[in-house]
Amino acid sequence: MWDYSEKVREHFFNPRNAGLLDGANGVGDVGSIKCGDALRLMLKVDPASEKIVAASFQTFGCGSAIASSSALTEIIKGMTLDEALKVSNQDIADYLDGLPPEKMHCSVMGREALQAAIANYRGEVWQDDHEEGALICKCFAVDAVLIEEVVRVNSLTTVEQVAHYTKAGGGCASCHEGIEEILAKVSQEACTAPTAAMKPTPASVAAAAPTAASKLTNFQRIRKIEETVEAIRPMLQRDHGDIEIVEIDGKNIYVNLKGACVGCMMEAATLNGIQTKLVEALGEFVRLLPASMIGRA
Amino acid sequence: MSAPIYLDNNATTACDPAVVSAMLPFFTEQFGNPSSMHSFGNKVGFALKEARAKVQVLLGAEHDSEIVFTSCGTESDSTALFSALRAQPERNQVITTAVEHPAILTLCEHLEKEGYAITRLGVDKRGRLDMDEYKAALGPRTAIVSAMWANNESGTIFPVAQMAELAHAAGAQFHTDAVQAVGKIAIDLKQTKIDMLSLSGHKLHAPKGVGVLYLRRGTRFRPLLRGGHQERGRRAGTENAASIVGLGVACEQAMQHMAYENTEVKRLRDRLEAGILAQVPRCFPTGDVTNRLPNTSNIAFEFIEGEAILLLLNKAGIAASSGSACTSGSLEPSHVMRAMGIPYTAAHGTTRFSLSRYNTEAEIDRVIAAVPPIIAQLRRISPYWGEKGPAEKAEDAFVPAYA
Repeated sequence: MWDYSEKVREHFFNPRNAGLLDGANGVGDVGSIKCGDALRLMLKVDPASEKIVAASFQTFGCGSAIASSSALTEIIKGMTLDEALKVSNQDIADYLDGLPPEKMHCSVMGREALQAAIANYRGEVWQDDHEEGALICKCFAVDAVLIEEVVRVNSLTTVEQVAHYTKAGGGCASCHEGIEEILAKVSQEACTAPTAAMKPTPASVAAAAPTAASKLTNFQRIRKIEETVEAIRPMLQRDHGDIEIVEIDGKNIYVNLKGACVGCMMEAATLNGIQTKLVEALGEFVRLLPASMIGRA
Repeated sequence: MSAPIYLDNNATTACDPAVVSAMLPFFTEQFGNPSSMHSFGNKVGFALKEARAKVQVLLGAEHDSEIVFTSCGTESDSTALFSALRAQPERNQVITTAVEHPAILTLCEHLEKEGYAITRLGVDKRGRLDMDEYKAALGPRTAIVSAMWANNESGTIFPVAQMAELAHAAGAQFHTDAVQAVGKIAIDLKQTKIDMLSLSGHKLHAPKGVGVLYLRRGTRFRPLLRGGHQERGRRAGTENAASIVGLGVACEQAMQHMAYENTEVKRLRDRLEAGILAQVPRCFPTGDVTNRLPNTSNIAFEFIEGEAILLLLNKAGIAASSGSACTSGSLEPSHVMRAMGIPYTAAHGTTRFSLSRYNTEAEIDRVIAAVPPIIAQLRRISPYWGEKGPAEKAEDAFVPAYA
């Protein structure tokens, strides 16, 4: 059972202004039957003063959806349209002494219905920018769509960064697995560097192997490694990352990943991808390792 | 107000008083570790043996050593699936159904991420499987088939015995999540080819925190928890002795009440369902009403939302459950209702009444009287509902903005 405040329960059991409104001149229909919440808000606006003289609602939804609708009609009665447009979803939640994080979207729906009803009164068409995802962080009520958006726009790579930007994951930490999955998904899409998935065709390795391996001098071999890595660098730089070669010791090539590549969920995949390119170019097996492994591998 | 009426027995049940009194000594004088050599442990060891035999009788298992005590149904489910995949590394496919409990479905999602092939069998409008689809899915790479004996939401019963035969013919293991079936319908495992079965104590009047994995003798097995030699090394960890003793008594009681469950409880369920359907327009029972658990009735009330129904029922002293999105905090209504193709306008309003042998006819009649005004009250404020019902013409229908 949800931890509803006394006020939420009271507005659910005794909703104010429920039902049809005679003489309504602004109607807002919002919600989604798929998600299980839908709301029709009806306003009676005095054209001279632009004041809301009456408001009523019909709601298909849970306890907090009905309570939020009821609260909204109480809040906006007597306000001018411009005042009403300033009512935020937090105002609705505060009026009800708070809502559980999973239920904050009920108050968002109330605010959207209000915008839609006022747009309807003014003869405008309300544009919805609403997209809601699965709830990831329950402490701060942050959903997957928002996290993904913020991660993408800001090229975030760690759970800590996500917590700094969105608060998600900053509380009990039980949603970190979910946040890591979003980070991995976004970096996989965004990453233009070669990854392990881009395997060379067996033919090219077979063709390269007998010729290149035997012919390269030490100097040519180092040049070849350098050329191959140089060709990959612009791809990493496009993602605000970079790579430098630190040491070449037989089959082990040590590199430093820099910038956004550091700590990226795709770090291992990036190294694998570059290693594959090197194997292809040199016609021999080499290992690409982080510089921190020098002397240990 | 009169005493509250509990109709949510598929969620959990009240502990039988006989179960509680049998358990109490194991919190006080019978505190020994059953693995110990001395008399403190020995007595507890005998009590566990007795409980194991009682579970064996209820399940119709051939040997008492086929009963492995666990902490819950979910643990039994996880043990079964992980075991089948680890014991048969040459097989990488799991076949399950779209309507399983999250204990199976969420686990399968995880296994899918780890690279296993998961096949989810769909169901028809009445929640029934297509056996031809199942036969086609079975193959040489199938490690295990996991299908629930009875669905927790609709009560629909799957033909698990027949499915187990087919799985064996393909060389695969067969597991059934029977937490809703055990204690409500007769089970005789020795007559079947079922390899593994999960049960959960608190669904049959035993306490929470105890479950069983039935493991047919000879089934290739790898434990989930390794450690001590408890449960013959198949489930390490000191036994939850008090709860296991309680589960034994609960199984004994379930066996004694099996006929009552399938006559009297069924009659009350049918009375409840008929009483509601006769009074409330635009509602229907979900699932396979001709082949379901005797205690379960799941009714979809169109154009209203389930959590609101539950809150009003609760205020009237009636405890039930719903498949709406809001009751679980998810964005979608019950996956079981969606798999059956129940439209969103009805899926959000599904309400499950699940009875037990403790319910009385007077209680059922009170519920029949309480439900219609609650439904009418919520429909009065539903934008989908007009004076007498939903909008008849499409252009009058409520079509809110956004997906």
